[in-house]
Amino acid sequence: MDALRVLIVDDEAELVSALEERLQLRGFHARGVTTGADALAFLESEPCDVVLLDVKMPGLGGLEVIRRIKKERPAIEVILLTGHGSSMGVEQGMEAGAFDYLMKPVKIDDLTRILRSAGARDGVAKRGEGP
Amino acid sequence: MIPVDPPPAAPQGDLDRLISDGRYRRILVTALLAVSVVAVVPLLIMTGVNYYQYRQAFRSEVARPMAGFVTNGKQALEAFLTERLAALELVVRECTFDELRDPDRLRGLLGNMKQSFGGFVDLGLLDERGLQVAYAGPFELEGRSYEEYPWYVEATQHGQYVSDVFLGYRNAPHFVVAVQHERDNGRAFVLRATIDSELINRLVRSLGSRPSLDAFLLNQEGLLQSPSRRYGAALEPAPLPPLAAGPQTEQVELSDQRGDALIVSYALIQDSPFTLVLVSPQGELLSGWVGLRRNLLIFLAASIVLILTVVTIGTTKMVARYREADMMRAAAYHKMEYTNKMAALGRLSAGVAHEINNPVSIISEKAGLLKDLLLMSKEMPPKEKLVELVDSVLRSAERCGGITHRLLGFAKHMEVQRDSIELDQLLIEVLGFLEKEAAYRNIQVDFAFPEEPPRVVSDRGQLQQVFLNIINNAFAAVEDHGRIEIGIREAGEDGLAVWISDNGVGIQEEHLSRIFDPFFTTKKGGGTGLGLSITYGIVQKLGGDITVQSKVGEGTRFTVTLPKET
Repeated sequence: MDALRVLIVDDEAELVSALEERLQLRGFHARGVTTGADALAFLESEPCDVVLLDVKMPGLGGLEVIRRIKKERPAIEVILLTGHGSSMGVEQGMEAGAFDYLMKPVKIDDLTRILRSAGARDGVAKRGEGP
Repeated sequence: MIPVDPPPAAPQGDLDRLISDGRYRRILVTALLAVSVVAVVPLLIMTGVNYYQYRQAFRSEVARPMAGFVTNGKQALEAFLTERLAALELVVRECTFDELRDPDRLRGLLGNMKQSFGGFVDLGLLDERGLQVAYAGPFELEGRSYEEYPWYVEATQHGQYVSDVFLGYRNAPHFVVAVQHERDNGRAFVLRATIDSELINRLVRSLGSRPSLDAFLLNQEGLLQSPSRRYGAALEPAPLPPLAAGPQTEQVELSDQRGDALIVSYALIQDSPFTLVLVSPQGELLSGWVGLRRNLLIFLAASIVLILTVVTIGTTKMVARYREADMMRAAAYHKMEYTNKMAALGRLSAGVAHEINNPVSIISEKAGLLKDLLLMSKEMPPKEKLVELVDSVLRSAERCGGITHRLLGFAKHMEVQRDSIELDQLLIEVLGFLEKEAAYRNIQVDFAFPEEPPRVVSDRGQLQQVFLNIINNAFAAVEDHGRIEIGIREAGEDGLAVWISDNGVGIQEEHLSRIFDPFFTTKKGGGTGLGLSITYGIVQKLGGDITVQSKVGEGTRFTVTLPKET
């Protein structure tokens, strides 16, 4: 099976790098950026299956990023990372088409499970349905 | 929730200074005095008035009959005397001088008069020289000369005469009446008669209808002219002060020489030396009054005691309640301050929880990665790599510590301290709480601090609270991508001014004067409305001032001026 390609987007660089390495160790093809703008730029040029997106980011915020992704590359699934389970950011994000969300700090096993189920989708974009 | 210390025991503030025992004792004493006076004084006045009025009423009720008796008695006595004189008048008109000179005639007349009138003891005829030329009666008084006698003189001068009572025939009291008559030849003669007092005594006695009443006659020298129950037989001196008697009945209250308090009614018997006197002891007459007076005084005393008791109990309770209310108010104010602080804290902690989440996530991932590397790699990973990961963990832990310390530093109720504080640092510190929000919402915060570090000597915790509140409000007022400016400048010689301006929604002009009022808020769904009022209070307590300028749609600027030493 091809390794699932994951893009990690979070403004905390250290978190991004740690997650990158851990996912790599678990057989994912993981890359990370620290801004929404960088994320969109990356997706222009690189293939990707799942985006792991921090909801609260300065600059181009998480919500805007989801919308752009779902508009331009709807096949890519988005998983939200949030510090607060039921904040508005999460609701809006889910409405905008995110696949699921995880609360920080994440358990690595939960993360891999959700990534895999997001990646198991066909190329056809499906909204809001979990495994 | 983050555990914080409970609010401290009420510190000494203005309100607390008021709730000192001394002040309430003073209030209590004042209230007691005021109410007691207001309650008791009218009572005293009314009782006094009543007392006086009853006394007057009693006296007049009791005294009037006495005066009546005297008036009637006087009239009766005057009639009696007039009658006796009239008898003599009749005789001198009917009989000539020569007729009367005849002793038999005189004796016969005397006998008739005794029968008709009673009381006549003797008759005497005196010629124009005062010589008694004829006499009928028990004594041998013919030939006596009375020329020099005052009674003769008066009889010749006034035409009539009534004498004082004297001891006469048989050592019994008698008095003399005399009339003068002018003969045809121009010479005058006098006819005199001695009358037994007993008739008069009877008349007088009848006035004393009650045993307590004593009626008697006095002469001008104050000697009894008739027997008195109290003072003895006729011709004894009456131990009374001189009475200025006149034809009108008078009434006085006086004490006799024995010390008895009396009511005395008296009147002068016209054309006689007699004064009719009616005496009654005040005590007996007024026994009814004395009873009433006693009852009145008992009532007064009981009322006063009752009033004072009720007033004391009531006022004490009331002042106690008042004090309680003040204390509750002070406590409520402290609680309000505390609640406000806690509310601010609550707002912060949500943000802070967010903030802490990131370093915690980093720790979680880095440690997780460390474990992964140790377990999943075939070879031992390089030492540097492992150390790097551990360092990362340590850094994040430190970061967490910084955040929690900052939060706890705010939450802890610090004692009111006076530190030398660098204002610019304090403001930056306070802003630290809101860093993340600023970043997330893209709010630009600019500082305008002077070159010289601006210092104040004040309480750090309170200043933090003040500025946190204002800056929080600024954040709430601006939209995303808004701008906030925080600056410090000199204010006069001894002050510094901190301004916080934003380009947010602004405050409506009619609200500007009320924003520092407690419970005033324009936030829909409410805030407590307490933030700015408490901020205002703190600034005032620190000796400073806080002002606001605002324009709807343009922005708001809060300016806090502080003395360099608060």
